[in-house]
Amino acid sequence: MISLQDVNPRVRAIRVSAQTALQSLSALQKDMAQEAQKPFKEVIDVGSGDSHRTGIKPISFIRQVLAVCLYPQLLEDDSLPLDVRLRAQRLLQACDGESVGSYTASSGLLHVRQNIADFITKRDAGVPSDSNDVFISAGAQRALMVVVKLLSRGEGQTQTGVLTPLPCPHTLPALLDEAGVTAVPYQLTEEQGWAVDLNKLHRVLQSSRGRCEPRAIYISNPGNPTGHVQDRKSIQEVIQLAAAERLLLLVDEVYQDSVYGLNREFISYKKILFEMDKEFRDTVELVSFHSLSCASVGECGLRAGYMEVINMDPEVKHFVDTMLCTDISTPVTGQLALDLMLNPPKRGDPSYDTYTQETRFARATLSLNAQRALEVLNNLPGMSCQSAMGGIYLYPRLHLPAKIRMQAKVQGVEADVLYCQKLLEEEGLLVGVGQQGGEAGPHHLRLCVLVPPDMLEKVMFRLCSFHLRLMNGHRDVDRSLTGEDEKENTEHVFNCGEGKSLSSSGDLMEAI
Amino acid sequence: MKQLEHSVLARRTNQIKKELRQGVKKPYKEVIDVSWGDPHRAGVKPLTFVRQVLAACLYPQLIDSDKLPVDVRQRAQMLLGRCAGGSVGSYTATAGIPKIVQRVSEFITRRDGGVPSNPKNIYISPGSQWALTNIFNILANADASPRTGVLAPVPCHSTTILSIMQQGAMVVPYHLNEEQGWALQVEELQQALESAKGVCNPVALYVINPGNPAGLIQSRKSMQEVIQFVSEKKLFLLADEVYQDCVHGENSKFVSYKRVLKEMGPPLSETVELASFHSASKGFMGECGLRGGYVELVNLDPAVMKYIYTLFSTDACAPILGQIALDLMTHPPQQGDPSYPLYYQETEHIRATLIQNVKKAFEAVNSLPGFSCQPVQGGAFAFPRVHLPPKAIQKAKEEGLKPDTFYCIKLLEEVGVMTSPGAEYGQKEGTYHIRFCIMTTQELMEEFLNRLTNFQIKFMRDFS
Repeated sequence: MISLQDVNPRVRAIRVSAQTALQSLSALQKDMAQEAQKPFKEVIDVGSGDSHRTGIKPISFIRQVLAVCLYPQLLEDDSLPLDVRLRAQRLLQACDGESVGSYTASSGLLHVRQNIADFITKRDAGVPSDSNDVFISAGAQRALMVVVKLLSRGEGQTQTGVLTPLPCPHTLPALLDEAGVTAVPYQLTEEQGWAVDLNKLHRVLQSSRGRCEPRAIYISNPGNPTGHVQDRKSIQEVIQLAAAERLLLLVDEVYQDSVYGLNREFISYKKILFEMDKEFRDTVELVSFHSLSCASVGECGLRAGYMEVINMDPEVKHFVDTMLCTDISTPVTGQLALDLMLNPPKRGDPSYDTYTQETRFARATLSLNAQRALEVLNNLPGMSCQSAMGGIYLYPRLHLPAKIRMQAKVQGVEADVLYCQKLLEEEGLLVGVGQQGGEAGPHHLRLCVLVPPDMLEKVMFRLCSFHLRLMNGHRDVDRSLTGEDEKENTEHVFNCGEGKSLSSSGDLMEAI
Repeated sequence: MKQLEHSVLARRTNQIKKELRQGVKKPYKEVIDVSWGDPHRAGVKPLTFVRQVLAACLYPQLIDSDKLPVDVRQRAQMLLGRCAGGSVGSYTATAGIPKIVQRVSEFITRRDGGVPSNPKNIYISPGSQWALTNIFNILANADASPRTGVLAPVPCHSTTILSIMQQGAMVVPYHLNEEQGWALQVEELQQALESAKGVCNPVALYVINPGNPAGLIQSRKSMQEVIQFVSEKKLFLLADEVYQDCVHGENSKFVSYKRVLKEMGPPLSETVELASFHSASKGFMGECGLRGGYVELVNLDPAVMKYIYTLFSTDACAPILGQIALDLMTHPPQQGDPSYPLYYQETEHIRATLIQNVKKAFEAVNSLPGFSCQPVQGGAFAFPRVHLPPKAIQKAKEEGLKPDTFYCIKLLEEVGVMTSPGAEYGQKEGTYHIRFCIMTTQELMEEFLNRLTNFQIKFMRDFS
């Protein structure tokens, strides 16, 4: 019988994220809530970045076209808009056997890859994109895994190193572990809205050279989970660093459609690269990732994304294809959804108005929510939050009193993990736990703010109630807080700032 | 190396397709591709019930309309009720939507005549191949010396071989006996283990039943022998059973490894470690593009199960539509349901066509000069042997191609038929094979056999 010792050491070395443990705890809390053993009726999950979960509606056009593709009898249903049916017809023609049930090439349907290339060209104001450089995958992370695995070699001092931002997407450390590479963290600068600090990058790079061989740098823009959007200069600097140090640039641009910060816009790394001198344009190796799990579409469950590779050796591209053969194949419905996401209805099409309305609403919701949540969070004692310019998260900092940190130490968990556990158990709210952790911190939370507005109010209320209770419970004051005081405090924090809550607290109490 | 065969042919196929589109004159109007185990590609229609439920899950407005039968709408409603936010766009638990996992376990119990199945031991994955790769990953130790070894059959489909190698393990081949209908013989397993001595440390045995590409269905006795063998040699048994619904031999019946194991009683039934794989890609549904599969793990140490969870949780979850496809596969319409008559009609048609196809293909191929084919009892393919004349083998060498790859390219170029060469799967030295899919429409099979016949007669003449 295989026992623990027989399990692949590499698998044993995979760092299980605290989030995974919280997810399991969440399932338990959900069951208990259903059996009326909790003060809350259901668990709200804003930790996974999954907008449909909390009630954001899918885009009608996308769902309609996919439904027709699955059940082509609907081509004759004239209650469905004409452009929906025409598009479904076109997409079915691109599938073998005209069925979404057929296998596709491992890099994805050619028709979709061509449309992705067209989208990229348009987005980057004419910088050409070739479908041969586009690889569809079952989500951006899978594509990233393939590239990192190709880079992976060596052991110990010669092991491939990948520079990763701190904080980074919570799934990244386990991915790097599984691929067998060393993560080399570079700290983003919280006080400057989580900007990239080139000096820190340089230092980290230099010091890493003794213990691994850094060969790539990973960065997400807009930042996940920070919400920072890089300006042109910052992107140029990173490209220059990559060029000078011969690092492969791995750029996660999944939230490119969700920039709401004033005077900020998304510019792709590729576009900036192509505006630079020939020495950079022709040599810097860049891989850019995008996916359905983005802000406007949020179709995480359809599992599809893609990567575009720039300046990659054709031999290496061939291996990308080979590796995709044995990795998870992208579901055809997901591939088609990519096409629909990047090639939406145009002005004049029957579905255009509805489509525009829905995407605008999602974007407006995101922007307003981010603003609202920022105000509330910054009004809480012991919490501070940088404003985000894009992405779907807020990443507030917890300034936890010593008592709580001691309690965590005694229990053998990180303070922010303990915070999230208690929040989950007491209020039925699951948030993402931050990354730096450790005893002294700094400690953070990750909150998805792409949720329906009334859901945001619920989230804020539960968070505020818990947080204030926690902070007050550890204040060195004799007077113990009554239930009324607690409620008052919460409402005070809640109703502060210019963005008032959308419903009165009376209604809210009923709703919760 | 194996990738190379496929890509040579694939490139040539694409080229020919392009030429056809450009109007280049050829003796055929389109290429018939029977190289994939992809029924929809070969013209088999998806099942209406399945597609209706999936459409309603994607676009729930359909649940309220009466365009769809009541049972379709009810199923869609039930399933959406288990999706977070009522959307198939939300992530699910790592192992899959709990209700669906539970229903999969109920299916397994029913299938195995009551042998209990625990949902905690089941993981839904995006296609069975991914689950298989994860298990290889758990078992492999690329840094150990000697390296981990996995016994795999010859012939075997190349993705499995690639996965084993990618996890840093070595493939230890065991030959299926062609003359005995591709039987799996324990003596061969024994010999394979012998050959591994000093070379690698074998930890697992991979079997595929019903087979691919060989269309064998193992007898219960054979399966018992395999179980005894893995028990004695302390090997982990990986049973790829994705073709369990593809049984065409008259006297053939599929029985699962789990059932055979449990019916052998203790101590074997409690100690042999087994992973069994199934998927929505094969069988009547043929939904390869949806990516829905699962693995059931039997008799694993709970501490090891923890790492299985870790590994599966490095990917978010299986695509929700794939998970739903599994629910539909394990719980099809029952007698009395509104969708039952059509469902029954469609599956019976596929079943009858399959049996016809196998019969026709077997007869046609065996009557051709230079061809011989073992009975195809199950699975999605036929794997006939091509007895290539020495001149053909010589010509292949001159062109720098493996003999059966050369044959397949000629077959493609001259009659527009895409098959895959035995070289892709491994075969006994000096033997050559081709593999073609038999899960096609009747028309396609007839056309394919016509073209194959014409080609073969000419080929044998030209190279005699």
